[in-house]
Amino acid sequence: MEWYLPLIWAGVIGTAVAMYVIMDGFDLGIGILFPFARSETERDQMMRSIAPFWDGNETWLVLGGAGLFVAFPRAYAVIMPAFYLPVIVMLLALVFRGIAFEFRTVSHSKSGWSWAFVAGSTLAAFAQGVILGGMIQGIKVENGAYAGGPYDWATPFGLLCGLAMIAGYGLLGATWLVMKTEGAIAVRARGQSKACLIAVLVFMAAVSLWTPLAEPRIAERWFSLPNFYYLWPVPAVTALVAFGCWYWIEKERDAPPFLAAIALFMLGFLGLVISNFPYLVPPSLTVWDTAAAPSSQIFMLVGTLLLLPFVLGYIVLVYWLFRGKVREGESYH
Amino acid sequence: MEFDPVLLARLQFAFTIIFHIIFPSFTIGLSAYIATLGVLWLRSGEERFQLLMRFWVKIFAVSFAMGVVSGIVLSYQFGTNWSRFSVATGNVLGPLLGYEVLTAFFLEATFLGILLFGFDKVPRWLYVLSAAVVAIGTMISAFWILAANSWMQTPAGHEWKDGIAYPLDWLRIIFNPSFPYRFAHMLNAAYLTTAFVVIAVGARFLIGERNIAEGRTMLRMGIGLAAVLAPLQLVIGDQHGLNTLKHQPIKVAAMEAHWEGSKPADFHIFAWPDEKAGTNRYELSIPKGASLILMHKMNGLFPGLLSVAAKDRPPVATVFFAFRIMLAVGFFMIAAALLGAFFWWRGSLFDTRWYLRVMAHTWWIGFVAVIAGWVVTESGRQPWIVYGVMRTADATSPVPGATIAGTLALFILAYGVVFSFGIYYMNWLIAKGPDLGPDAVKSGSEPGGVSPIASTKDAGQGIV
Repeated sequence: MEWYLPLIWAGVIGTAVAMYVIMDGFDLGIGILFPFARSETERDQMMRSIAPFWDGNETWLVLGGAGLFVAFPRAYAVIMPAFYLPVIVMLLALVFRGIAFEFRTVSHSKSGWSWAFVAGSTLAAFAQGVILGGMIQGIKVENGAYAGGPYDWATPFGLLCGLAMIAGYGLLGATWLVMKTEGAIAVRARGQSKACLIAVLVFMAAVSLWTPLAEPRIAERWFSLPNFYYLWPVPAVTALVAFGCWYWIEKERDAPPFLAAIALFMLGFLGLVISNFPYLVPPSLTVWDTAAAPSSQIFMLVGTLLLLPFVLGYIVLVYWLFRGKVREGESYH
Repeated sequence: MEFDPVLLARLQFAFTIIFHIIFPSFTIGLSAYIATLGVLWLRSGEERFQLLMRFWVKIFAVSFAMGVVSGIVLSYQFGTNWSRFSVATGNVLGPLLGYEVLTAFFLEATFLGILLFGFDKVPRWLYVLSAAVVAIGTMISAFWILAANSWMQTPAGHEWKDGIAYPLDWLRIIFNPSFPYRFAHMLNAAYLTTAFVVIAVGARFLIGERNIAEGRTMLRMGIGLAAVLAPLQLVIGDQHGLNTLKHQPIKVAAMEAHWEGSKPADFHIFAWPDEKAGTNRYELSIPKGASLILMHKMNGLFPGLLSVAAKDRPPVATVFFAFRIMLAVGFFMIAAALLGAFFWWRGSLFDTRWYLRVMAHTWWIGFVAVIAGWVVTESGRQPWIVYGVMRTADATSPVPGATIAGTLALFILAYGVVFSFGIYYMNWLIAKGPDLGPDAVKSGSEPGGVSPIASTKDAGQGIV
């Protein structure tokens, strides 16, 4: 039990993080693409395509944070102080983009809050990338507590990951627009999808080369035998999915590019898990080192297994109710 | 300059949580009010209920967005600012917060989407049901977070091993000794706060002689509710105080600025607690009043502040004055609500202009009481973060004071902007009123007319 539980919880939190990255990813992506719209009317239409969902999407971030606190309090207590500044910046950025949804409609000077939406979305994505990059590079831990300085996260690799995240969310956002809007926006979004896809592939390649070169443990994980025999399909499938994404954009299909973008994210996520498992706080603390008391994990697990199907059920309901494309000229309330 | 990380972390948390609690205190009550209007609309089919419902939904949307984003901040601050607390209590508090996310946050966030955007898309019953689900979600959220807070005040159902709490009995953890009282007190406070906002808006409409029918409906509903809840809050508060006396006597001693436990306690209408000298200056007191309230007898004795060492006392002046502010607001609310009920009974409620004028300006009063009450209970818990077990000073993260000071400044700046605009927009939505006809939209659609960013109104052409 003491061995299984942390693994199950790692799976639950991995799922929450993946859900967050995909779902808030596409709506943060809308903010990242906001500057390229031609008018506030177009921006209304873009915002309308995510307005009923964004709040629920962001809740996965709370589940990820709370889940880490529930299941791995010692990891939570190391990661948060280690990324103190990027976390606070991300939260403040999310504050501005969250209220921009409401304030922008109420205010008749929309462009001011459009800016807040752009800045908040982009900065939040960047900060999340920086945090991810810092996690991959490793956190200095002594006696179970964070032992580094306030700017340890500010490395070239961290900044690279920040930019990668912006490109990635941009891809999710652009393919979402292809699927969910009509008219000029959808046409433009096809071009944006391609640009973002190229950027994402470049960043994925950069991270895939950089990490094994910089971190021997990651090189060993991927390139030692027999691991390599099992793991080579991951990059191969990634290439295939990327090709598919491009192909479907070219063919002017609606949903497949978005689904391919999601698959691309999942493959990247899988790659990171393969690189770092079983470390939750690389390179020192594993899922077992940081796990909460078994009774706490069980108590919460029972609730999660009972409640999550309902949560997913009504999330599906809302996506179904607001199915279909948002037409030109459709605005917020 | 040397930054004290503990003080700064406390200041930052106090600032972000005070900012946050403003919005739930309103949205818990407002969502219930909106759901009530929805049910009335379904049952009677009367248009004014539908108009009112959708009017308040718009205001709710603005308030809820601010509550959500400031709440996300808090869920991460446990880790960023209080990492040692997180390690020590994660086993116990973690699941309570986790259940809050799973049972409440997703529910609220998802059905809010229907409430805000679904009016033309879903059948009436589903629209009203969504309002009810959001209201229930806010209540469930309050349940869990107050269980967690109450456990920090009156920890139970766990054992400590090597400085870490391990759960023994989840029911005792959740239903810890102070939880039922705090839950009832806060929930009632939220409904009461909203009732006074609704009364104020109703009064404003009647004074302005517009939306008369809706204004009257709001005034009647608000006063009817407040006339019951305000006196009820006195009873709940009294019971909550007795519970606190049992489990956190030093907090009560600070609330009453009661230093010497060997004598019956006076009730100080005013006093200036001198924490160095361990006594009060400039007392204006009702002799033995506090003993009467708390022990229900004139010569009842309860522990004074001097019974514990100075390092184990909360900041007396803060707790003492915040408690007085809460009491003052509470009694004002009882008086205002009963007076309103009296005018209603006499049939003169809508014509008593001075009363309407006063009520139109007291929309903020519940928020003051809520914040003051939280200052009492949270400052009164000091110097403990988990009462009697873990000191606040031992709970911080290994983050330098300067970093916390910098982010505190950022929070103040950012929240200052958000709050100013939020209040401004809500006020504008209220001024615009519930009439959604084409004329009203035309005359009311110029918020930018006085907005500082109005000059950019036509700059909507591409912001890059």
